[in-house]
Amino acid sequence: MIELRVNGVARRFEGDPDMPLLWYLRDDLDLTGTKFGCGMGLCGACTIHVNGAAVRSCVTSLQNAAGKEITTIEGLSKTHSHPVQKAWREGNVPQCGYCQSGQIMQAAALLKQKPKPTDHDIDEAMAGNICRCGTYQRIRAAVKVAAGVRA
Amino acid sequence: MKTTSVNRVDVVSRRGFLGTVFSAGALVLGAPLLSTGKAFGAEVEPGKSAWFPTVYLGVQPNGEVIIVAHRSEMGTGIRTALPMVAADELDVEWSKVRIEQALGDKKYGDQNTDGSNSIRSFYDPLRIAGATARAMLVGAAAAKWGVPAGECKAVNGYVTHAAEKASYGELASLAAQQPVPKPETLKFKLPSEYRYIGKGVPITDLDNLVSGHGIFGIDAKMPGMVYASIEHPPVVGGTVKTVDDSEALKVRGVKQTVQIEKYKDTYGFQPLGGVAVIADNTWAAMQGRKKLKVDWDLGANAKYDSDSYRAQLSETVRKPCKIARQVGDVDKAFAAASKTHEAEYYCPHLAHAPMEPPAAVAEFRNGKVEIRTATQNPQAVQDTVSQVLGIKPEDVACHVTLLGGAFGRKSKPDYAAEAALLSKKIGKPVKVAWSREDDIHHDFYHSVSAMYLKAATDAKGRPTAWLQRSAFPPIFSTFDSKTIYGDLEMTMGWNDLPFDIPNHQAENGPAVPHVRIGWMRSVANVYHAFAVQSFLDELAAAANRDRIEYYLDVLGPERVVDLGPTFAATAGKFPLDTGRMRRVVETVADKSGWASKKSTPGHGYGFAAHWSFLSYIAAVVEVKIDAEGKVTIPRVDLAVDTGQVIHPDRVRAQFEGAAVFGTSIAMMGEITAKDGRIRQSNFNNYPVARMPEAPFETHVHFVISGAPPAGVGEPGVPVMAPAICNAIFAATGKRIRELPIRKQKLV
Repeated sequence: MIELRVNGVARRFEGDPDMPLLWYLRDDLDLTGTKFGCGMGLCGACTIHVNGAAVRSCVTSLQNAAGKEITTIEGLSKTHSHPVQKAWREGNVPQCGYCQSGQIMQAAALLKQKPKPTDHDIDEAMAGNICRCGTYQRIRAAVKVAAGVRA
Repeated sequence: MKTTSVNRVDVVSRRGFLGTVFSAGALVLGAPLLSTGKAFGAEVEPGKSAWFPTVYLGVQPNGEVIIVAHRSEMGTGIRTALPMVAADELDVEWSKVRIEQALGDKKYGDQNTDGSNSIRSFYDPLRIAGATARAMLVGAAAAKWGVPAGECKAVNGYVTHAAEKASYGELASLAAQQPVPKPETLKFKLPSEYRYIGKGVPITDLDNLVSGHGIFGIDAKMPGMVYASIEHPPVVGGTVKTVDDSEALKVRGVKQTVQIEKYKDTYGFQPLGGVAVIADNTWAAMQGRKKLKVDWDLGANAKYDSDSYRAQLSETVRKPCKIARQVGDVDKAFAAASKTHEAEYYCPHLAHAPMEPPAAVAEFRNGKVEIRTATQNPQAVQDTVSQVLGIKPEDVACHVTLLGGAFGRKSKPDYAAEAALLSKKIGKPVKVAWSREDDIHHDFYHSVSAMYLKAATDAKGRPTAWLQRSAFPPIFSTFDSKTIYGDLEMTMGWNDLPFDIPNHQAENGPAVPHVRIGWMRSVANVYHAFAVQSFLDELAAAANRDRIEYYLDVLGPERVVDLGPTFAATAGKFPLDTGRMRRVVETVADKSGWASKKSTPGHGYGFAAHWSFLSYIAAVVEVKIDAEGKVTIPRVDLAVDTGQVIHPDRVRAQFEGAAVFGTSIAMMGEITAKDGRIRQSNFNNYPVARMPEAPFETHVHFVISGAPPAGVGEPGVPVMAPAICNAIFAATGKRIRELPIRKQKLV
C-alpha cells in the first residue's frame, strides 16, 4: 500500500506500484486537468508538482510518489488565481488549451525557483513543454507578467 | 463503393469549402433557421422554457441567451467568435450569454470544422439568427404596446419605446407568437453599431483552460466504462492471423481482449482493425497490450519504402504529366528561350500530432449509440458509426468535447467508431485513448510530394514561361483506393497562382498511396508554396534582384485573375485580386523594415507570399545560423488580408500559431516508412518546434480591404517554409530544395 497526499488530501493506493501517477490522477481520482501527451516525459503535458518541484507524471510511478505531496493544476489555486493563471488569462494565452495545465505548472515551478527569470531562463525551463498550437510567445510574455517583469 | 458513399459525401462537402465545385456560402446559407418552419417557442409553455427562434439561438424567460456553438473548438476560438456574432446582432450583454455545444445534427448545416471555413460560411447565418430574434422581440414589444415596430429599439437585452421598457426575457413568450421574418427582410446593424464584431470578447473557455477544468475527448467519462488500448495492424490493410492473449490477460486490471475487423473496401474513416485490450484503467490496458502476441498478415502495403518511393515521385515529375492549368504555350516559349532555370523540390509525409491523441468514449445500448469525443466533425462520427455498426445515423448521439488540437486529424473519426464498435461487442461503455505511438504510426498522413519547376527568363530575369509539375499520393485515395491523381490539391497553390506570366503550365503526376492520406493544416499549400516561393527566390537571385521588387514585378498589374471554371463558385465573392496581394506584400516590406535589412553571413532575411483559403499572406522571416549550423528565428512579420476580421485577438493568435506550425514543418517534420511501417513513433523521433526553436517574435499586421471574411486558421502556414529557406539562402548561399531543414548541412 502506498500513502501520499494529493492537493492536500491524504490518499491510499493499493494497485500496481509501477503505474505512473498520471493515470492514478486521471482514471482513479478523476483529476483530468493533468494531460497525457506522450507517455515518455517528452512533451510536458502531464507536468505536476511533487514536493513543490515540476515533474512529468507520465514517467513518475506511484512507488516513487510514496509519502510525497502532489499538487496538480486543480490544486494550484482553489480560486484559479495563482499569479501564473492570472497572467495566462490576461494574455489570452491558450488556443486549444490542452497543454496549458502542464505549461502553467512548469511556469509556476520556475517562478518559485527564479522569481525574476530572463528570456533565456524561460526558454530553458519551458523547452520541455510542447504546444502544437504555437502559443510560446504568449507563454513567455505571461511568465514575465506573473513575475512582475513586464517587458 | 457502397460502404464509402457516406464518406464521399463528406469529402465532396470539403471540396465545396475549398470552392472548387460547390459554393460553400450557398450551401450553408441554405442551412435551416428552423427545422419545422415555425418557431420552436410556439410549442413551448410560455414563460417556462427557452424560446428558440432559430436552431442557433434561444432566449430564456430570465433573459439569459443560449447560443449554440455548432462548430468544434480546437483552439481557433470559434466557440467564442461565432456566438459573439449572434449576440452582437441580437444586442445583448455578453455576460448574459450561455454557450451550448451542439450535438452532431444536420439541422445546424455543415459542422465539419475544417477548411478555414467556420466564419466564412457561418458569419451570415449567425447574424441572421441574432437579427431574427431581435426582430421578433421588437415585434412582440410593438404589439404589446400598440406602437409601430419601427419606433422601438432593441439594445443591451431590452426593447424600449418612449417610456416603455421590457427585457428580452419578459418578451420571449410573446415573441414566440410572432411570425418568423424572412432573412431578406431583416435589418442588420451598421458596422458602427457593432458591440463585439471587430473587437472581441473574452475566450469562452479561458478560465477552464487555465484551471484544468476543460473537458477534452480523453477526459470524457461514462458510468461503468472500461478502458481500451488497441494494437492496430503495423501496415495499412494488414489483418490478424493469430493472436495469443494469455500473457496479456494475466496483467492486473486487464479484463478481456477483443478482435476488431479490418475495414470493408476502401478504409475511409472506418477502424483499421486489430486487437483491443480491455481493462480497468488506461495503464492496465496499455500494459496488457504490450503482452499480446499477434501474428499479422501485413497485406499489400508491406513493401512501402520512403526512399524508393521518393525516387519514383522524382522520376514522375521529370517527365510530362497530366495538364492541370494551361496559359499560352510553354513548349514554344522554352524552345525560343535563351535562358532557362529548373529545380526539383521534395517534401516528406507529415503527421498531425495534436497534443491530445485521438480519444472517444461510447456506449451502445438498445440499438443506439451515445458518444463523447474530440471531433472536428460530429456528423461524420454519426455517419461512420452508422456505417460500421449498421445502425441509422440519427441513432448516434455525438457530443463534442473540447479538442486538444486537431489540425485536420480529428475530421477523421476512426477512433470514435472503434469506441462504438467495442461497446457493442462487450456490452459496456468503452473509452478508447490512443497512445502517442498509435497516433504517429496510424495517422492520415499529409502527403509526401515531389515538384519540378522550369522557367525561361528575359534579359531582366522575369519569367516568360513557367512550367510546374507535382506528384503526391492524393487525399481522395482515402475514399477510393484507385485514386492516383490530385483533385482539391490542384486548387491549393498550384492552379491558382496570381502571376503575370504569358506562358504558364501546371501539371500533376500520378502517385499510388500506401498509407492513409489526409488533409493537414493548409494541406497541399504546404508543399506547393514551398516549391513555388522557393523557385521565385531562385529566379530573383539569378537575376540579382531585390526579392520583393521582383515578386511584385512577376505579380503584375492590379487585376482579378481568371482562374477558370474550377474556381467559379468562389470567384464572385472571393476573386483572386492581385491588388490585395500587392498590398500585403508592400505592408510586410514596410513593417519588417525590409529596405533597411541587409543579409550578412549567418544572418538573413527571407520573403514569401501566398494566397490560400481566400486570404492573402506575405511574410518576412529573419534567421540566424550559428557556427554549428543551428538555425534560430528571431523575428517573423506576417501581413495578412483575411477580409473582415471578426475577433482580432483570436485571428492574431491563429497567425502566431501558424508561424510555429510552419516552423515545425520547415525545420523538423518528417514521417518515413520502411517495409510498410512508419519509422517515427513519438516526439523524440518526430520532433516539433519547442519554445527555443519557435520564432522569438511574430508580428501580425492586418491589412484592411473591406472584403468579406475569408480563411484564418490555415493560410499563415504555407509561407513559413519558403520564407525560412529563402532567409537561409540569404544568410548562407545554401539553397534548400527539400524538407526538413534539420537534415541539411548548412555549414
